[in-house]
Amino acid sequence: MSDERTNSGSNVTTTVLGADEIILNMGPQHPSTHGVLRVKLKLDGERVVESECIIGYLHRGVEKIAEHRSYQQFAPYVDRMDYVAAVSNGLGYCEAVEKLLGAEAPPRARVIRTILTELQRIASHLLWLGTHALDIGALTPVFYCFREREEILKIFEKYCGARLTTHAFRIGGLQYETYDGFEQDVKRFCEDFTHRIDEYETLLTENRIWVGRTKGVGIISAEDAIALGVTGPVLRASGKKWDIRKAMPYAAYDQYEFEIPTRPTGDTYDRYLVRMEEMRQSRRICLQAVENVPSGPIMARVGKVLKPPPGEVYHSIEAPKGELGYYIVSDGTTQPYRVRVRPPSFINLQAFDRMARGALVADVVAIIGTIDIVLGEVDR
Amino acid sequence: MPLDNEFVQRLKARFGDAIREATLDRKQAIVLVGREQLREISRYCRDDEKFDMLADLTAVDWPKREKRFDVILNLYSFPKNERLRLKAHSGENEPVPSVVDIWPTANWLERECYDMFGIVFEGHPDLKRILLPDEWQGYPLRKDYDILKQDTAWVRENLGIESGQ
Repeated sequence: MSDERTNSGSNVTTTVLGADEIILNMGPQHPSTHGVLRVKLKLDGERVVESECIIGYLHRGVEKIAEHRSYQQFAPYVDRMDYVAAVSNGLGYCEAVEKLLGAEAPPRARVIRTILTELQRIASHLLWLGTHALDIGALTPVFYCFREREEILKIFEKYCGARLTTHAFRIGGLQYETYDGFEQDVKRFCEDFTHRIDEYETLLTENRIWVGRTKGVGIISAEDAIALGVTGPVLRASGKKWDIRKAMPYAAYDQYEFEIPTRPTGDTYDRYLVRMEEMRQSRRICLQAVENVPSGPIMARVGKVLKPPPGEVYHSIEAPKGELGYYIVSDGTTQPYRVRVRPPSFINLQAFDRMARGALVADVVAIIGTIDIVLGEVDR
Repeated sequence: MPLDNEFVQRLKARFGDAIREATLDRKQAIVLVGREQLREISRYCRDDEKFDMLADLTAVDWPKREKRFDVILNLYSFPKNERLRLKAHSGENEPVPSVVDIWPTANWLERECYDMFGIVFEGHPDLKRILLPDEWQGYPLRKDYDILKQDTAWVRENLGIESGQ
Protein backbone atom coordinates (compact mmCIF):
# COMPACT_ATOMS: atom_id res chain seq x y z
CA MET A 1 0.00 0.00 0.00
CA SER A 2 2.44 2.60 1.22
CA ASP A 3 4.96 1.90 -1.54
CA GLU A 4 2.58 3.10 -4.19
CA ARG A 5 1.95 6.40 -2.56
CA THR A 6 5.42 7.89 -2.95
CA ASN A 7 4.95 11.21 -4.69
CA SER A 8 7.15 11.82 -7.68
CA GLY A 9 9.77 14.45 -6.96
CA SER A 10 9.43 14.24 -3.20
CA ASN A 11 11.97 12.74 -0.87
CA VAL A 12 9.40 10.93 1.17
CA THR A 13 10.51 7.35 1.57
CA THR A 14 8.34 4.36 2.17
CA THR A 15 9.58 4.00 5.73
CA VAL A 16 8.32 7.46 6.56
CA LEU A 17 4.97 6.70 4.95
CA GLY A 18 4.81 3.39 6.75
CA ALA A 19 5.11 5.23 10.01
CA ASP A 20 2.02 7.33 9.49
CA GLU A 21 -0.31 4.69 10.79
CA ILE A 22 -2.93 6.41 12.82
CA ILE A 23 -5.29 5.28 15.52
CA LEU A 24 -8.90 6.17 14.88
CA ASN A 25 -11.49 5.91 17.57
CA MET A 26 -15.06 5.01 16.62
CA GLY A 27 -17.75 5.21 19.22
CA PRO A 28 -19.04 4.51 21.80
CA GLN A 29 -21.50 7.10 20.56
CA HIS A 30 -21.69 6.35 16.89
CA PRO A 31 -24.92 5.81 15.02
CA SER A 32 -23.78 2.83 13.01
CA THR A 33 -22.44 0.78 15.86
CA HIS A 34 -25.96 -0.26 16.84
CA GLY A 35 -25.49 0.71 20.44
CA VAL A 36 -22.52 1.62 22.55
CA LEU A 37 -19.70 -0.24 20.88
CA ARG A 38 -16.31 1.42 20.77
CA VAL A 39 -13.86 0.32 18.12
CA LYS A 40 -10.23 1.35 18.07
CA LEU A 41 -8.87 1.14 14.56
CA LYS A 42 -5.24 1.21 13.55
CA LEU A 43 -5.19 2.59 10.04
CA ASP A 44 -2.68 2.70 7.26
CA GLY A 45 -4.27 5.30 5.03
CA GLU A 46 -7.76 4.00 4.39
CA ARG A 47 -6.96 0.42 5.31
CA VAL A 48 -7.55 -1.19 8.68
CA VAL A 49 -4.37 -2.81 9.99
CA GLU A 50 -5.68 -3.85 13.36
CA SER A 51 -8.77 -3.28 15.41
CA GLU A 52 -9.90 -3.65 18.96
CA CYS A 53 -13.45 -3.71 20.24
CA ILE A 54 -14.00 -2.09 23.59
CA ILE A 55 -17.21 -3.24 25.16
CA GLY A 56 -18.97 -3.24 28.48
CA TYR A 57 -20.76 0.11 28.35
CA LEU A 58 -24.09 -1.65 28.76
CA HIS A 59 -22.97 -4.15 31.39
CA ARG A 60 -25.69 -4.62 33.99
CA GLY A 61 -24.51 -7.80 35.65
CA VAL A 62 -27.38 -9.95 34.46
CA GLU A 63 -25.62 -13.13 35.59
CA LYS A 64 -25.17 -11.72 39.09
CA ILE A 65 -28.79 -10.64 39.27
CA ALA A 66 -29.83 -14.20 38.39
CA GLU A 67 -28.23 -15.53 41.55
CA HIS A 68 -30.45 -13.29 43.64
CA ARG A 69 -33.79 -14.02 41.98
CA SER A 70 -35.97 -17.08 41.87
CA TYR A 71 -36.08 -19.03 38.63
CA GLN A 72 -39.34 -17.38 37.59
CA GLN A 73 -38.29 -13.91 38.67
CA PHE A 74 -35.24 -14.02 36.47
CA ALA A 75 -37.19 -14.88 33.30
CA PRO A 76 -38.07 -11.26 32.39
CA TYR A 77 -34.43 -10.22 32.72
CA VAL A 78 -33.34 -12.39 29.81
CA ASP A 79 -35.61 -10.36 27.50
CA ARG A 80 -33.37 -7.39 28.16
CA MET A 81 -30.25 -9.00 26.75
CA ASP A 82 -31.01 -9.34 23.07
CA TYR A 83 -33.87 -6.87 23.26
CA VAL A 84 -34.72 -7.12 19.57
CA ALA A 85 -35.28 -10.88 19.93
CA ALA A 86 -36.72 -11.16 23.42
CA VAL A 87 -38.92 -14.13 22.58
CA SER A 88 -35.90 -16.23 21.56
CA ASN A 89 -34.08 -15.35 24.77
CA GLY A 90 -37.10 -16.39 26.78
CA LEU A 91 -37.43 -19.69 24.94
CA GLY A 92 -33.81 -20.59 25.64
CA TYR A 93 -34.08 -19.77 29.32
CA CYS A 94 -37.41 -21.50 29.90
CA GLU A 95 -36.28 -24.65 28.12
CA ALA A 96 -33.01 -24.71 30.06
CA VAL A 97 -34.82 -24.51 33.39
CA GLU A 98 -37.31 -27.13 32.23
CA LYS A 99 -34.40 -29.42 31.42
CA LEU A 100 -32.97 -28.75 34.85
CA LEU A 101 -36.31 -29.64 36.41
CA GLY A 102 -36.82 -32.68 34.20
CA ALA A 103 -40.08 -31.19 32.97
CA GLU A 104 -41.32 -30.68 29.45
CA ALA A 105 -43.78 -28.19 28.03
CA PRO A 106 -46.96 -29.74 26.57
CA PRO A 107 -47.18 -30.15 22.76
CA ARG A 108 -49.54 -27.22 22.29
CA ALA A 109 -47.24 -24.90 24.17
CA ARG A 110 -44.26 -26.09 22.15
CA VAL A 111 -45.94 -25.39 18.84
CA ILE A 112 -47.05 -21.91 19.91
CA ARG A 113 -43.53 -21.24 21.17
CA THR A 114 -42.16 -22.29 17.80
CA ILE A 115 -44.50 -19.95 15.93
CA LEU A 116 -43.69 -16.97 18.13
CA THR A 117 -39.97 -17.66 18.04
CA GLU A 118 -39.93 -17.88 14.26
CA LEU A 119 -41.90 -14.65 14.00
CA GLN A 120 -39.29 -13.16 16.31
CA ARG A 121 -36.53 -14.39 14.03
CA ILE A 122 -38.19 -12.62 11.11
CA ALA A 123 -38.57 -9.44 13.19
CA SER A 124 -34.95 -9.57 14.28
CA HIS A 125 -33.72 -10.12 10.73
CA LEU A 126 -35.94 -7.29 9.50
CA LEU A 127 -34.42 -4.91 12.02
CA TRP A 128 -30.98 -6.08 10.97
CA LEU A 129 -31.76 -5.63 7.27
CA GLY A 130 -33.22 -2.17 7.71
CA THR A 131 -30.40 -0.78 9.82
CA HIS A 132 -27.65 -2.59 7.93
CA ALA A 133 -28.88 -1.17 4.63
CA LEU A 134 -29.24 2.23 6.24
CA ASP A 135 -25.63 2.13 7.44
CA ILE A 136 -24.40 1.39 3.96
CA GLY A 137 -26.49 4.16 2.47
CA ALA A 138 -29.67 2.50 1.23
CA LEU A 139 -32.31 4.58 2.92
CA THR A 140 -35.46 2.93 1.62
CA PRO A 141 -35.42 -0.63 3.01
CA VAL A 142 -35.62 0.46 6.65
CA PHE A 143 -39.12 1.86 6.14
CA TYR A 144 -40.32 -1.31 4.45
CA CYS A 145 -38.71 -3.52 7.07
CA PHE A 146 -40.21 -1.62 9.96
CA ARG A 147 -43.61 -1.81 8.33
CA GLU A 148 -43.53 -5.63 8.37
CA ARG A 149 -41.85 -5.79 11.74
CA GLU A 150 -44.72 -3.73 13.10
CA GLU A 151 -47.16 -6.46 12.03
CA ILE A 152 -45.18 -9.03 14.02
CA LEU A 153 -45.00 -6.77 17.06
CA LYS A 154 -48.76 -6.32 16.84
CA ILE A 155 -49.20 -10.09 17.02
CA PHE A 156 -46.95 -10.16 20.10
CA GLU A 157 -48.87 -7.31 21.65
CA LYS A 158 -52.19 -9.03 21.05
CA TYR A 159 -50.78 -12.26 22.45
CA CYS A 160 -49.08 -11.09 25.63
CA GLY A 161 -49.50 -7.32 25.86
CA ALA A 162 -45.91 -6.39 25.17
CA ARG A 163 -44.14 -5.63 21.96
CA LEU A 164 -40.44 -5.85 22.70
CA THR A 165 -39.61 -7.22 26.11
CA THR A 166 -42.41 -9.72 25.87
CA HIS A 167 -41.80 -12.31 28.58
CA ALA A 168 -44.03 -14.47 26.39
CA PHE A 169 -43.17 -17.86 27.87
CA ARG A 170 -43.19 -19.34 31.33
CA ILE A 171 -41.14 -22.16 32.78
CA GLY A 172 -43.22 -25.21 31.97
CA GLY A 173 -45.17 -23.78 29.06
CA LEU A 174 -47.21 -20.67 28.49
CA GLN A 175 -49.17 -18.38 30.74
CA TYR A 176 -51.69 -17.26 28.14
CA GLU A 177 -53.84 -19.09 25.65
CA THR A 178 -53.69 -17.66 22.14
CA TYR A 179 -56.24 -14.97 21.40
CA ASP A 180 -59.13 -15.48 18.97
CA GLY A 181 -57.81 -15.01 15.47
CA PHE A 182 -54.17 -15.70 16.33
CA GLU A 183 -53.84 -18.34 13.62
CA GLN A 184 -55.46 -16.07 11.03
CA ASP A 185 -53.16 -13.19 11.97
CA VAL A 186 -50.06 -15.34 11.59
CA LYS A 187 -51.34 -16.79 8.34
CA ARG A 188 -52.20 -13.39 6.92
CA PHE A 189 -48.78 -12.07 7.82
CA CYS A 190 -47.02 -15.06 6.26
CA GLU A 191 -49.05 -14.88 3.07
CA ASP A 192 -48.23 -11.19 2.61
CA PHE A 193 -44.67 -11.58 3.65
CA THR A 194 -43.50 -13.66 0.73
CA HIS A 195 -44.08 -10.69 -1.61
CA ARG A 196 -42.46 -8.37 0.87
CA ILE A 197 -39.17 -10.27 0.84
CA ASP A 198 -39.23 -10.14 -2.96
CA GLU A 199 -39.71 -6.40 -2.63
CA TYR A 200 -36.64 -6.01 -0.43
CA GLU A 201 -34.68 -8.12 -2.84
CA THR A 202 -35.62 -5.94 -5.80
CA LEU A 203 -34.23 -2.99 -3.85
CA LEU A 204 -30.94 -4.60 -2.94
CA THR A 205 -29.93 -7.96 -4.39
CA GLU A 206 -28.91 -6.69 -7.81
CA ASN A 207 -28.41 -3.09 -6.84
CA ARG A 208 -24.93 -2.15 -8.06
CA ILE A 209 -24.12 0.05 -5.11
CA TRP A 210 -25.28 -2.61 -2.63
CA VAL A 211 -23.29 -5.32 -4.38
CA GLY A 212 -20.26 -3.04 -4.57
CA ARG A 213 -20.42 -2.25 -0.87
CA THR A 214 -20.98 -5.82 0.32
CA LYS A 215 -19.35 -8.31 -2.08
CA GLY A 216 -15.91 -9.39 -0.95
CA VAL A 217 -16.18 -7.32 2.24
CA GLY A 218 -15.39 -8.86 5.60
CA ILE A 219 -14.66 -12.37 4.39
CA ILE A 220 -14.30 -15.10 6.99
CA SER A 221 -13.64 -18.73 6.11
CA ALA A 222 -15.52 -21.60 7.69
CA GLU A 223 -12.37 -22.83 9.49
CA ASP A 224 -11.75 -19.42 11.00
CA ALA A 225 -15.39 -19.07 11.92
CA ILE A 226 -15.42 -22.41 13.75
CA ALA A 227 -12.13 -21.67 15.50
CA LEU A 228 -13.57 -18.37 16.69
CA GLY A 229 -16.80 -20.03 17.80
CA VAL A 230 -18.89 -18.04 15.34
CA THR A 231 -22.40 -19.42 14.94
CA GLY A 232 -25.68 -18.55 13.28
CA PRO A 233 -26.09 -16.90 9.88
CA VAL A 234 -22.46 -15.73 9.90
CA LEU A 235 -21.23 -19.32 10.09
CA ARG A 236 -23.72 -20.54 7.50
CA ALA A 237 -22.69 -17.82 5.06
CA SER A 238 -19.17 -19.26 5.26
CA GLY A 239 -20.45 -22.55 3.96
CA LYS A 240 -20.95 -24.55 7.16
CA LYS A 241 -24.39 -26.10 7.19
CA TRP A 242 -25.17 -26.10 10.89
CA ASP A 243 -28.31 -25.03 12.64
CA ILE A 244 -29.25 -26.14 16.16
CA ARG A 245 -32.88 -26.41 15.09
CA LYS A 246 -31.78 -29.37 12.92
CA ALA A 247 -28.71 -30.61 14.82
CA MET A 248 -30.33 -30.81 18.24
CA PRO A 249 -34.01 -30.05 17.75
CA TYR A 250 -35.91 -28.32 20.55
CA ALA A 251 -39.43 -26.87 20.90
CA ALA A 252 -41.35 -28.40 17.96
CA TYR A 253 -38.80 -28.00 15.17
CA ASP A 254 -38.49 -31.71 14.49
CA GLN A 255 -42.05 -31.68 13.12
CA TYR A 256 -41.52 -29.17 10.34
CA GLU A 257 -39.79 -29.13 7.01
CA PHE A 258 -37.34 -26.37 6.32
CA GLU A 259 -33.98 -25.84 4.69
CA ILE A 260 -30.79 -24.47 6.17
CA PRO A 261 -29.55 -21.88 3.70
CA THR A 262 -25.79 -21.66 3.20
CA ARG A 263 -23.48 -19.66 0.96
CA PRO A 264 -19.89 -20.36 -0.02
CA THR A 265 -17.76 -17.22 0.35
CA GLY A 266 -18.48 -15.80 3.78
CA ASP A 267 -18.60 -12.15 2.75
CA THR A 268 -21.13 -9.49 3.70
CA TYR A 269 -23.18 -10.13 0.58
CA ASP A 270 -23.47 -13.84 1.37
CA ARG A 271 -24.55 -13.13 4.91
CA TYR A 272 -27.22 -10.86 3.47
CA LEU A 273 -28.48 -13.63 1.18
CA VAL A 274 -28.45 -16.22 3.97
CA ARG A 275 -30.58 -14.07 6.25
CA MET A 276 -33.01 -13.28 3.44
CA GLU A 277 -33.47 -17.00 2.81
CA GLU A 278 -33.79 -17.64 6.54
CA MET A 279 -36.74 -15.30 6.69
CA ARG A 280 -38.41 -17.31 3.91
CA GLN A 281 -37.74 -20.53 5.83
CA SER A 282 -39.10 -19.05 9.08
CA ARG A 283 -42.23 -18.08 7.22
CA ARG A 284 -42.47 -21.66 5.98
CA ILE A 285 -42.18 -23.02 9.53
CA CYS A 286 -44.84 -20.60 10.79
CA LEU A 287 -47.25 -21.62 8.04
CA GLN A 288 -46.78 -25.33 8.75
CA ALA A 289 -47.10 -24.84 12.48
CA VAL A 290 -50.15 -22.65 12.38
CA GLU A 291 -51.99 -25.16 10.16
CA ASN A 292 -51.91 -27.74 12.89
CA VAL A 293 -51.74 -26.41 16.42
CA PRO A 294 -52.52 -29.34 18.73
CA SER A 295 -55.13 -28.80 21.41
CA GLY A 296 -54.58 -29.54 25.06
CA PRO A 297 -53.01 -27.90 28.09
CA ILE A 298 -50.44 -25.15 27.70
CA MET A 299 -48.70 -25.54 31.02
CA ALA A 300 -46.89 -28.53 32.48
CA ARG A 301 -47.23 -29.32 36.16
CA VAL A 302 -44.09 -27.74 37.50
CA GLY A 303 -45.46 -26.30 40.72
CA LYS A 304 -45.43 -22.73 41.98
CA VAL A 305 -42.13 -22.99 43.81
CA LEU A 306 -39.37 -24.26 41.59
CA LYS A 307 -36.64 -26.22 43.30
CA PRO A 308 -34.64 -28.08 40.68
CA PRO A 309 -32.62 -30.98 42.08
CA PRO A 310 -28.92 -30.10 42.50
CA GLY A 311 -26.97 -30.36 39.30
CA GLU A 312 -26.33 -28.46 36.13
CA VAL A 313 -27.48 -28.19 32.57
CA TYR A 314 -26.37 -26.55 29.34
CA HIS A 315 -29.08 -25.87 26.84
CA SER A 316 -28.77 -23.86 23.68
CA ILE A 317 -31.08 -22.72 20.94
CA GLU A 318 -30.63 -21.22 17.50
CA ALA A 319 -31.37 -17.58 18.25
CA PRO A 320 -31.56 -15.17 15.29
CA LYS A 321 -27.93 -14.23 15.89
CA GLY A 322 -26.46 -17.66 16.58
CA GLU A 323 -26.11 -20.16 19.38
CA LEU A 324 -27.72 -18.80 22.52
CA GLY A 325 -26.81 -21.08 25.40
CA TYR A 326 -27.75 -21.14 29.06
CA TYR A 327 -25.59 -22.96 31.55
CA ILE A 328 -27.49 -23.17 34.82
CA VAL A 329 -26.24 -24.67 38.08
CA SER A 330 -28.74 -25.54 40.77
CA ASP A 331 -27.92 -26.13 44.42
CA GLY A 332 -31.42 -27.37 45.15
CA THR A 333 -32.80 -24.03 46.36
CA THR A 334 -35.35 -21.74 44.76
CA GLN A 335 -32.66 -19.49 43.30
CA PRO A 336 -30.16 -20.55 40.66
CA TYR A 337 -26.65 -20.96 42.01
CA ARG A 338 -25.20 -19.74 38.75
CA VAL A 339 -26.64 -18.72 35.41
CA ARG A 340 -24.22 -18.33 32.58
CA VAL A 341 -25.42 -16.97 29.27
CA ARG A 342 -23.52 -17.91 26.16
CA PRO A 343 -24.29 -14.83 24.10
CA PRO A 344 -24.03 -15.23 20.32
CA SER A 345 -23.41 -11.51 19.75
CA PHE A 346 -20.47 -11.40 22.15
CA ILE A 347 -18.72 -14.37 20.60
CA ASN A 348 -19.49 -13.38 17.00
CA LEU A 349 -18.19 -9.88 17.67
CA GLN A 350 -14.82 -11.39 18.54
CA ALA A 351 -14.49 -12.30 14.85
CA PHE A 352 -14.79 -8.63 13.91
CA ASP A 353 -11.03 -8.11 13.99
CA ARG A 354 -10.49 -11.03 11.61
CA MET A 355 -13.09 -9.65 9.20
CA ALA A 356 -11.98 -6.04 9.38
CA ARG A 357 -8.24 -6.46 8.77
CA GLY A 358 -7.41 -5.12 5.34
CA ALA A 359 -10.83 -3.56 4.89
CA LEU A 360 -11.49 0.12 4.22
CA VAL A 361 -12.72 2.42 6.97
CA ALA A 362 -16.10 2.67 5.27
CA ASP A 363 -16.36 -1.13 5.27
CA VAL A 364 -16.02 -1.23 9.04
CA VAL A 365 -19.56 0.03 9.32
CA ALA A 366 -20.74 -2.65 6.90
CA ILE A 367 -18.93 -5.34 8.89
CA ILE A 368 -20.36 -4.27 12.24
CA GLY A 369 -23.80 -4.36 10.63
CA THR A 370 -23.34 -7.73 9.02
CA ILE A 371 -22.33 -9.53 12.23
CA ASP A 372 -25.71 -8.41 13.60
CA ILE A 373 -24.86 -7.59 17.18
CA VAL A 374 -27.01 -6.23 19.93
CA LEU A 375 -24.95 -4.56 22.61
CA GLY A 376 -27.43 -5.45 25.32
CA GLU A 377 -26.45 -9.04 24.74
CA VAL A 378 -22.75 -8.42 24.21
CA ASP A 379 -22.44 -6.64 27.56
CA ARG A 380 -25.26 -8.24 29.56
CA MET B 1 -24.52 -40.72 37.59
CA PRO B 2 -21.03 -42.06 36.72
CA LEU B 3 -20.20 -42.18 33.04
CA ASP B 4 -18.08 -44.95 31.59
CA ASN B 5 -18.24 -45.17 27.82
CA GLU B 6 -15.57 -45.78 25.22
CA PHE B 7 -14.66 -42.13 25.07
CA VAL B 8 -14.02 -41.96 28.80
CA GLN B 9 -11.99 -45.17 28.63
CA ARG B 10 -9.85 -43.70 25.85
CA LEU B 11 -9.33 -40.58 27.96
CA LYS B 12 -8.39 -42.61 31.02
CA ALA B 13 -6.03 -44.83 29.05
CA ARG B 14 -4.23 -41.78 27.77
CA PHE B 15 -4.27 -39.38 30.69
CA GLY B 16 -4.64 -41.70 33.69
CA ASP B 17 -5.14 -39.84 36.94
CA ALA B 18 -5.68 -36.51 35.21
CA ILE B 19 -9.19 -37.72 34.44
CA ARG B 20 -10.58 -37.33 37.93
CA GLU B 21 -14.20 -38.14 37.36
CA ALA B 22 -16.67 -38.65 34.52
CA THR B 23 -20.36 -38.15 35.14
CA LEU B 24 -23.64 -37.83 33.35
CA ASP B 25 -25.99 -35.12 34.55
CA ARG B 26 -29.34 -34.80 32.80
CA LYS B 27 -27.93 -36.83 29.90
CA GLN B 28 -24.99 -34.43 29.51
CA ALA B 29 -21.42 -35.69 29.75
CA ILE B 30 -19.12 -33.95 32.24
CA VAL B 31 -15.46 -34.82 32.66
CA LEU B 32 -13.54 -33.42 35.61
CA VAL B 33 -9.87 -33.10 34.72
CA GLY B 34 -6.71 -32.02 36.51
CA ARG B 35 -6.01 -28.33 36.08
CA GLU B 36 -2.38 -28.88 35.06
CA GLN B 37 -3.33 -31.21 32.21
CA LEU B 38 -6.18 -29.05 30.90
CA ARG B 39 -4.25 -28.01 27.81
CA GLU B 40 -3.16 -31.49 26.80
CA ILE B 41 -6.64 -32.87 27.33
CA SER B 42 -8.18 -29.97 25.40
CA ARG B 43 -5.80 -30.49 22.52
CA TYR B 44 -6.58 -34.20 22.49
CA CYS B 45 -10.33 -33.49 22.55
CA ARG B 46 -10.00 -31.10 19.64
CA ASP B 47 -7.66 -33.12 17.42
CA ASP B 48 -8.46 -36.75 18.16
CA GLU B 49 -12.01 -36.59 19.42
CA LYS B 50 -13.07 -33.84 16.99
CA PHE B 51 -14.52 -31.41 19.50
CA ASP B 52 -13.72 -28.61 17.12
CA MET B 53 -15.73 -25.81 18.70
CA LEU B 54 -15.43 -24.28 22.13
CA ALA B 55 -19.00 -23.17 22.61
CA ASP B 56 -18.44 -21.53 25.96
CA LEU B 57 -15.92 -21.08 28.73
CA THR B 58 -16.98 -19.94 32.16
CA ALA B 59 -16.54 -20.51 35.87
CA VAL B 60 -18.55 -21.21 39.00
CA ASP B 61 -17.49 -20.09 42.45
CA TRP B 62 -17.82 -22.47 45.42
CA PRO B 63 -16.16 -20.43 48.19
CA LYS B 64 -16.48 -23.11 50.87
CA ARG B 65 -14.54 -25.63 48.87
CA GLU B 66 -10.78 -25.93 49.20
CA LYS B 67 -10.31 -25.13 45.52
CA ARG B 68 -13.06 -22.64 45.08
CA PHE B 69 -13.47 -22.33 41.30
CA ASP B 70 -14.86 -24.66 38.69
CA VAL B 71 -13.58 -23.65 35.27
CA ILE B 72 -15.98 -24.97 32.69
CA LEU B 73 -15.43 -25.59 28.99
CA ASN B 74 -18.48 -26.43 26.94
CA LEU B 75 -17.31 -28.18 23.80
CA TYR B 76 -19.17 -29.11 20.67
CA SER B 77 -18.19 -31.51 17.93
CA PHE B 78 -19.53 -30.83 14.45
CA PRO B 79 -18.68 -34.28 13.02
CA LYS B 80 -20.21 -36.15 15.98
CA ASN B 81 -22.98 -33.64 16.81
CA GLU B 82 -22.15 -34.09 20.48
CA ARG B 83 -21.47 -31.87 23.42
CA LEU B 84 -18.94 -32.38 26.17
CA ARG B 85 -18.24 -30.40 29.32
CA LEU B 86 -14.72 -30.25 30.66
CA LYS B 87 -14.32 -29.07 34.20
CA ALA B 88 -11.24 -28.22 36.23
CA HIS B 89 -10.94 -27.13 39.83
CA SER B 90 -8.77 -24.16 40.65
CA GLY B 91 -7.86 -22.48 43.90
CA GLU B 92 -7.96 -18.75 44.46
CA ASN B 93 -4.38 -18.04 43.48
CA GLU B 94 -3.80 -20.90 41.12
CA PRO B 95 -3.50 -19.95 37.47
CA VAL B 96 -5.37 -22.01 34.91
CA PRO B 97 -3.62 -22.85 31.63
CA SER B 98 -5.05 -20.83 28.77
CA VAL B 99 -6.59 -22.62 25.80
CA VAL B 100 -6.52 -19.61 23.45
CA ASP B 101 -4.10 -21.29 21.05
CA ILE B 102 -6.33 -24.37 20.90
CA TRP B 103 -9.62 -22.56 20.43
CA PRO B 104 -9.18 -18.85 19.59
CA THR B 105 -12.74 -18.28 20.91
CA ALA B 106 -11.30 -18.57 24.39
CA ASN B 107 -9.63 -15.18 24.10
CA TRP B 108 -12.61 -13.06 25.09
CA LEU B 109 -14.17 -15.80 27.18
CA GLU B 110 -11.09 -16.12 29.39
CA ARG B 111 -10.92 -12.35 29.67
CA GLU B 112 -14.52 -12.30 30.85
CA CYS B 113 -13.76 -15.06 33.34
CA TYR B 114 -10.80 -13.09 34.65
CA ASP B 115 -12.93 -9.95 34.79
CA MET B 116 -15.76 -11.58 36.74
CA PHE B 117 -13.92 -14.14 38.92
CA GLY B 118 -10.31 -13.02 38.98
CA ILE B 119 -9.11 -16.33 37.58
CA VAL B 120 -5.73 -15.90 35.92
CA PHE B 121 -5.23 -17.76 32.66
CA GLU B 122 -1.60 -18.54 32.16
CA GLY B 123 -0.44 -18.03 28.58
CA HIS B 124 -3.30 -15.75 27.55
CA PRO B 125 -1.97 -13.21 25.02
CA ASP B 126 -3.70 -10.17 26.51
CA LEU B 127 -5.39 -10.90 29.82
CA LYS B 128 -7.24 -7.78 30.91
CA ARG B 129 -10.75 -6.84 31.92
CA ILE B 130 -13.33 -6.85 29.16
CA LEU B 131 -16.72 -5.74 30.48
CA LEU B 132 -15.73 -3.71 33.53
CA PRO B 133 -13.40 -0.69 33.46
CA ASP B 134 -9.71 -1.58 33.58
CA GLU B 135 -9.17 0.07 36.96
CA TRP B 136 -12.13 -1.61 38.68
CA GLN B 137 -11.33 -3.36 41.96
CA GLY B 138 -12.98 -6.65 42.83
CA TYR B 139 -14.51 -9.56 40.95
CA PRO B 140 -18.30 -9.31 40.89
CA LEU B 141 -19.32 -12.88 40.16
CA ARG B 142 -17.52 -14.24 43.20
CA LYS B 143 -20.00 -15.32 45.82
CA ASP B 144 -18.46 -13.07 48.49
CA TYR B 145 -19.03 -10.00 46.30
CA ASP B 146 -22.39 -8.73 47.48
CA ILE B 147 -24.96 -7.76 44.87
CA LEU B 148 -25.03 -4.16 46.12
CA LYS B 149 -21.27 -3.91 46.32
CA GLN B 150 -19.37 -1.71 43.90
CA ASP B 151 -16.00 -0.08 43.53
CA THR B 152 -17.10 3.07 45.35
CA ALA B 153 -13.83 4.92 44.77
CA TRP B 154 -14.02 4.31 41.03
CA VAL B 155 -17.66 5.36 40.82
CA ARG B 156 -17.00 8.54 42.80
CA GLU B 157 -13.96 9.47 40.77
CA ASN B 158 -15.25 8.68 37.31
CA LEU B 159 -18.98 9.26 37.52
CA GLY B 160 -19.04 11.89 40.25
CA ILE B 161 -21.81 10.12 42.17
CA GLU B 162 -21.92 8.03 45.31
CA SER B 163 -23.81 5.12 43.83
CA GLY B 164 -25.65 4.14 40.71
CA GLN B 165 -28.27 2.29 42.69
